Amino acid sequence: MSTVSETINLSAPGGVDAGLSQKQLADKYGLKVSGARPGIVAYTKELWGRRHFIVAFATARLVAQYTTAKLGQVWQVVTPLLNCAVFYLVFGLILHNRDIPYYIAWLCTGVFIFQFTQSAVQAGTRAISDNLWLIRALHFPRACMPIAFTVIQLQQLLISMVVLVVIVLCSGIPIGITWLLVIPALLLQFGFNTGLSLIMARIGSKTSDMSQLMPFVLRTWMYLSGVMYSIQGNTNTWSWPFRLIMTINPASVFMELIRHALAPVIYSHHTKNHQTMPHHLWYIALGWCVVSIVFGYIYFWKAEEEYGRG
Amino acid sequence: MADTIVDRAERDAQAVANAKQTRIPTVVVDDVHIVYKVHGAAAGKGSATSALNRLISRKRSPAITEVHAVRGISFTAYKGEAVGLIGSNGSGKSTMLSAIAGLLPTERGGIYTDGQPSLLGVNAALMDDLTGERNVVLGCLAMGMSPAEVKARYQEIVDFSGINEKGEFINLPMRTYSSGMAARLRFSIAAAKTHDVLLIDEALSTGDQAFQRRSEARIRELRKEAGTVFLVSHNNNAIRDTCERTIWIETGELIMDGPTDEVVGMYERGERP
Repeated sequence: MSTVSETINLSAPGGVDAGLSQKQLADKYGLKVSGARPGIVAYTKELWGRRHFIVAFATARLVAQYTTAKLGQVWQVVTPLLNCAVFYLVFGLILHNRDIPYYIAWLCTGVFIFQFTQSAVQAGTRAISDNLWLIRALHFPRACMPIAFTVIQLQQLLISMVVLVVIVLCSGIPIGITWLLVIPALLLQFGFNTGLSLIMARIGSKTSDMSQLMPFVLRTWMYLSGVMYSIQGNTNTWSWPFRLIMTINPASVFMELIRHALAPVIYSHHTKNHQTMPHHLWYIALGWCVVSIVFGYIYFWKAEEEYGRG
Repeated sequence: MADTIVDRAERDAQAVANAKQTRIPTVVVDDVHIVYKVHGAAAGKGSATSALNRLISRKRSPAITEVHAVRGISFTAYKGEAVGLIGSNGSGKSTMLSAIAGLLPTERGGIYTDGQPSLLGVNAALMDDLTGERNVVLGCLAMGMSPAEVKARYQEIVDFSGINEKGEFINLPMRTYSSGMAARLRFSIAAAKTHDVLLIDEALSTGDQAFQRRSEARIRELRKEAGTVFLVSHNNNAIRDTCERTIWIETGELIMDGPTDEVVGMYERGERP
């Protein structure tokens, strides 16, 4: 320290506070640690205060995403359709999957619903690391980021759902009252995805290798989830623990619920080769939603003050 | 603020006199160290076999470089003060501000503040693909304003930025803006709110003369409403005009902390205390 700044030290406390250390001074005037993690209730309040930001951010990102592509928003519809086409080519035509009635509607529902969770996981993994500039510039609850990205996926899914409805109608499945069940099922899945996205956001912010690993994890999950085959039809002979795991797999739970809601005829006893719906699926879905949100939210909040480090 | 050198000298003398009184601290920085971890900095060591070796031997990847940006800085800022931070590029000034704002965690030491300080950076987040209008709304919401507040402030922000002086630019995507225009809009958004502790990073050096005068006036207003203002700038005159106290940081260490004219004078002459 220089002699000049020692003679006129503007930093040292004067008057009655003279001689107090930095820490003592901070304690005396009740100063708080900057950027400290707020309690979970205060954090939730803060997050609720930013709800408009979350929605505005999600909408803005969705609009911005395709501004440079010539076909623009058309890709939101084309991408899942191309996916369905590939699966139909392999599993419907080449492998001749004729056990499931209305196979195209079955397959497309599976693809779209799995895509919802898959993209939420992928976006969640990058939610913090891709938005570090925003996190280092402004102070807001970091949970806004993964949640906003899940909202983006929800908005995209709603566009896909319109396509799906057209596909279902074209397959000759009539509109029914059960279609209303799609709404609670999607809400539960949205909740599950949000929790998952929060978990992945924390992991992804610490371990940048995660985004390389995730495609393989997600592909394995997809093949285990009965997107293109019937789990009930193929696991009949398995021992019960494995059958249980296959049944309560959240991805298959949500898929099954939406399929049942959109195309109950597939599960009807009057249909040849009809599918069976496992019991208690709504409760399992609700359970997944609650567990995922509660665990994900707390897990994410625990590292709140560290996300700026990158 | 201070129009003549005499005024500035008076102001600095006043600050020195005040230092003997009991003052209310608003920001206490206690022996702070900040370390950045940079991934992928060291090239050439990225082969798969060496990565596997590291995994097995549990050694730290050489691709992660640690940058010790701030090394043990301590100071206290008080209510009503305007503090300038100076130093050469990469000396750790902006890092220090981010840490005070609570955006960067400290490795060691503590930063204690009165309320939540707000960082007003010209590099604050905006989306290039969106129109200026959307960016204004988004920025205000991110700062915690309600949609009603945003609506009420919107016109004021756009007028202040002067974006529409040369046509309806506010309805165009921000990637069509010149860098000066973008910086002006960013500053206008950030300055729309009042703060207890205000941290300003290089805001005064952006924009044309007219805008610089407007933004200086706005900072004076904010300073009246705010408890304490920190200003990082390479424009020494801006520091002289706005701050009575200046902290000089070099390679993450505090070189000097005192009245502005003295510290900036030494800094400009290249002298070390």
